[in-house]
Amino acid sequence: MATPTRPDKTLGESLQDHGLSRRGFLKLCAATASMMALPASMVPRIAAALEQAKRPSVIWLSFQECTGCTESLTRSHAPTLENLILDMVSLDYHHTLQAASGEAAEAARLTAMEANAGEYLVIVDGSIPGPDANPGFSTVAGHSNYDILMETVEHAAAVIAVGTCAAFGGLPQAKPNPTGAMSVMDLVKDKPVINVSGCPPVPMVITGVLAHYLTFGRLPELDGYGRPMAFFGQSIHDRCYRRPFYDKGLFAERFDDRGAKEGWCLYRLGCKGPTTYNACATMKWNSGTSWPIESGHPCLGCSEPSFWDAGGFYEPVSVPLTANPGTTLLTAGAVGAVVGGTAASVAKHRVKKANADRQPVTVEALEKTL
Amino acid sequence: MPESDPMSAHPATPNGCQGTPRSFGNALPVLNEIRHALEKLVTTGEETRIDLSALPFGPGDLDRLTDWLGTGEVEATVDALGPTRVQETAIPGVWLVDYHNSEQQRLTLHIEVAPVPEILRPQPQDLADALNQLDARLEQETGTTPLSS
Repeated sequence: MATPTRPDKTLGESLQDHGLSRRGFLKLCAATASMMALPASMVPRIAAALEQAKRPSVIWLSFQECTGCTESLTRSHAPTLENLILDMVSLDYHHTLQAASGEAAEAARLTAMEANAGEYLVIVDGSIPGPDANPGFSTVAGHSNYDILMETVEHAAAVIAVGTCAAFGGLPQAKPNPTGAMSVMDLVKDKPVINVSGCPPVPMVITGVLAHYLTFGRLPELDGYGRPMAFFGQSIHDRCYRRPFYDKGLFAERFDDRGAKEGWCLYRLGCKGPTTYNACATMKWNSGTSWPIESGHPCLGCSEPSFWDAGGFYEPVSVPLTANPGTTLLTAGAVGAVVGGTAASVAKHRVKKANADRQPVTVEALEKTL
Repeated sequence: MPESDPMSAHPATPNGCQGTPRSFGNALPVLNEIRHALEKLVTTGEETRIDLSALPFGPGDLDRLTDWLGTGEVEATVDALGPTRVQETAIPGVWLVDYHNSEQQRLTLHIEVAPVPEILRPQPQDLADALNQLDARLEQETGTTPLSS
């Protein structure tokens, strides 16, 4: 982190200098393919590309966030955070992880921007009080989040919005959005923006997107919400190991009933799996140990826009055109995947409506509701 | 609601944490995929890798699959970036390749359908260097440059 200049060595040279054997390199490529959610047959191509790859300069900006996304990143085990920082990228600015502080830290950001103009990556976690909001809601070194973001992205190659706050506004933007929080893609219009949503995102998804950029020198294919298709291309529901129970109509009705103990589908306990697109079902958490549904809890849908305002966490995903929830579920069991698609479009509609409904709030109004 | 015989979905499932692993029915399709891959290997010689860590397995599904595949005669460990354990299954040509990092965390787990898994073979660039390495040792030992033939 101390040297903000762009290193000239390729990844292959750098790893050979560290005494890594070709078998070790092949193994790294196998792990990288797995991390990028690419088929294992891609390993030879990845090996060829990684050998020639150069480490990009990365500037990480933290705004209205809880540091959960950075916490998540530090739990990445393939590669580890150390491998990521030392081998894959040149992390030139990150409040929480860098040794420098105060003016020296800000100087490191400006130096990296200058040395790598047009080539550096900006990673953002946290939402940003918009241009019309009071800049005092969130500042770094006396500058508003908005000013820092716009200044830093001006000469960036691309921007990666990590976490649901940066990608979609997240918790700060939840009703009534007191700070006028906006997402990165609301504000940055002239640069490619990749959304890596999740609260927090799966650590391997964060590193996977960086590995993709490093390997192929370009950004991955994105979905309608600007998220990489490799990780967000399929719904939790479609990749869930409990899906066979949904298809059979076997549901847990309460957290302590027989269905819950037998590991049946959690749809009726409010699982947002059908409308949520993320990689939890296969990448899992804590070094692949488990994930929320495997632990017996419904998916909260944390990688989707406005998930805080999308109704109760324990209310079943509603299916349109049916008045009676009982009827809905019977139909849901019969039509399977179609339900997921319909509910997803309902979620999109809900986001549009939430955007239209957004209104500023005063302290007095907040106190009245307490 | 087919409530009539829900237990048929997963026989022999005890309540609680202990007991035989459950099956969520997600291992059987993989066994079929392995069958297709093996057929391809036999008829065309084409090798296949299946990334098991990318599959939606529930608790017990992986154990079920590895039980089905059984254990073969060959076992090997590659020591590069932490241990990689290679295990032949009871089906010749079907290998389990388990990649771990130096902290013993699993990086990924592959099924490789091949005569020999890729990681066990010397890499082509290494083979090219091997001759030079051996020549250097011979030269050190005998003091003369080995004749190239």
